[in-house]
Amino acid sequence: MASVQISDVRKSFGGFEVLHGVTVPIEDGAFVVLVGPSGCGKSTLLRMLAGLENITSGTISIGNRVVNNVQPKERDIAMVFQNYALYPHMTVAQNMGFSLKLRNANAQDITTRVKKAAEILALTPLLERYPRQLSGGQRQRVAMGRAIVRDPQVFLFDEPLSNLDAKLRVAMRTEIKELHQRLKTTTVYVTHDQIEAMTMADKIVVMHDGIVEQMGSPLELYDKPDNQFVAGFIGSPAMNFLNGHLKSNGQVYVETENGARLPLATAPTASDGKPVLYGIRPEHLELASDGIEAEVVVVEPTGSETQIVSRIGEQDIIAVFRERHDVKPGERIHLRPRASSAHLFDKDTGHRL
Amino acid sequence: MSTVQTSMPVQAAAAGEPSLWLRLRANRNWAALWFMLPAAAFLILFLAYPLGLGIWMSFTDERIGRGGVFIGLENYQWLWDDAIFWLSVFNTVLYTLVASVIKFAIGLYLALLLNRHMPFKAMIRSIVLIPFIVPTVLSAIAFWWIYDAQFSIISWSLIKLGLIEHNINFLGDSTWARASVIFANVWRGVPFVAITLLAGLQTVSPSLYEAATLDGATNWQRFRYITYPLLTPIIAVVMTFSVLFTFTDFQLIWALTRGGPVNATHLMATLSYQRGIISGRLGEGAAIATAMIPFLLAAIAISWFGMQRRKWQQGSNND
Repeated sequence: MASVQISDVRKSFGGFEVLHGVTVPIEDGAFVVLVGPSGCGKSTLLRMLAGLENITSGTISIGNRVVNNVQPKERDIAMVFQNYALYPHMTVAQNMGFSLKLRNANAQDITTRVKKAAEILALTPLLERYPRQLSGGQRQRVAMGRAIVRDPQVFLFDEPLSNLDAKLRVAMRTEIKELHQRLKTTTVYVTHDQIEAMTMADKIVVMHDGIVEQMGSPLELYDKPDNQFVAGFIGSPAMNFLNGHLKSNGQVYVETENGARLPLATAPTASDGKPVLYGIRPEHLELASDGIEAEVVVVEPTGSETQIVSRIGEQDIIAVFRERHDVKPGERIHLRPRASSAHLFDKDTGHRL
Repeated sequence: MSTVQTSMPVQAAAAGEPSLWLRLRANRNWAALWFMLPAAAFLILFLAYPLGLGIWMSFTDERIGRGGVFIGLENYQWLWDDAIFWLSVFNTVLYTLVASVIKFAIGLYLALLLNRHMPFKAMIRSIVLIPFIVPTVLSAIAFWWIYDAQFSIISWSLIKLGLIEHNINFLGDSTWARASVIFANVWRGVPFVAITLLAGLQTVSPSLYEAATLDGATNWQRFRYITYPLLTPIIAVVMTFSVLFTFTDFQLIWALTRGGPVNATHLMATLSYQRGIISGRLGEGAAIATAMIPFLLAAIAISWFGMQRRKWQQGSNND
């Protein structure tokens, strides 16, 4: 186990810079998730950490050792690939023992360690099978087994669950988290799925266009997003953003173009008349007679909750209710945002106000 | 009663069921056969029939312009005691073995090289193919000049460099002649091996190499434990073809040496042509050609066992 320091790391492919100075401290034993839309540079950062891509500038250290020029095999890390990258011509046991074999470990030792890892992952009955003969979830576990056999300082996961079906993904999510709690090995996990990030991480790093937008615990990011991007990225369904102007003389509220008043608990000083984005999560809207009038567009019941897409003037707004409301498309409803849960963002910069 | 009972189905068949021909025409299983017929006819006419005729001829004393009579194994008995025939067998095996091994080594090396990222990759790949697309006889004539006793560019260059004093008699000396025809064959055969193996290499997922790198594999270990095992099925196919083509080679030898000097480069194919067509002893020529069949079958058998689907390639049985 070791801490990892990523300091002001940049990466260019030819003249094109994809990472613009990324700094991420990772504590010893932490489970850190790098999350962001595709093309944000999260996988590149992970591959640089693994040593599969070189570092254009900045430093990466594992433990207290700068690893910029250290060969991948000497970094003492193990990686789980998106497509698992299992060796098709080796059995599960051979796949898991391959790294030990290359290190000239003795056969007895390899067998013991492979068996131990197989027990942890419930792979014991599959040890003599070939990857082709395994299901997706089993292959995923073999890929993890290959990583834990080596007992490395850091685990790297590159979108490991994206090839699995939805149900299995949820099960493996729990399994990976449980494994981390058991082994306590520092883990860096890349995903584009914010639910995975929220459920698994000790710390989430939200990346976008080669920069870190925000870092923090899952609930910090959910409750206090630094900017519009993070606010919109974390949470499902995504936060609603309504255009309007801030009114802070006397009563504070945001007034939309069609005159609806969106309630606020507090407002920044000297901001009267400022154009803002009013952010409100779908679950922080309730039906109330004194709410904003909206026309229902679509009703989506999921059983445990009901999503109602409705329209205020020109803007769509999604609300989620735990209780069941009997509303039909075309009906007019009144939505009241919970003032204390509203977020305000600068309309031009997208920063939190 | 019994008359009625037996006559009923017969009548029904005559009236209700279509004729055998109509049923065969409509049946789906027979349809496959109809569709295969044209191709099968082609193969039977141009492959199976000549092969059968050749084997039959080898049991006769047929000559050009004179029909033969069945003489049993006499041609083979004659060949058994013929030193030149055994020399041609030795030459063919030597030629095939040496050329195939070199073609495999160079082809694999080239394929690994071409599989890397490098500038002008597409262009270099097409250049590699050139020896393969030039007609054999054309390249043989080019080699004939390169190996010419007086005007050889190799001899000329070596003399100018001061490395040798006299022209090398490439095609006149038996050892040199054997080496020269093998070299020409290798030159021609390498692109086929290289391009096919390259195609095989490109099916290996790059993430396997990355995984192996992280597992601590060196360049050599990546080749030994990842590339080579994953490439074996393709190697088996390409080397089978290569061996079959080399074993039955005719054009190159005929254009370069016609089997000389003193039969040192006579292969079974060229000897068969010389005895059968040029000397007109069709029966004997056919016997030499037929004698190649066991060797070819052996080569195919070896590769068939090599090509058998390995356990790791076998289909999934998910549970």
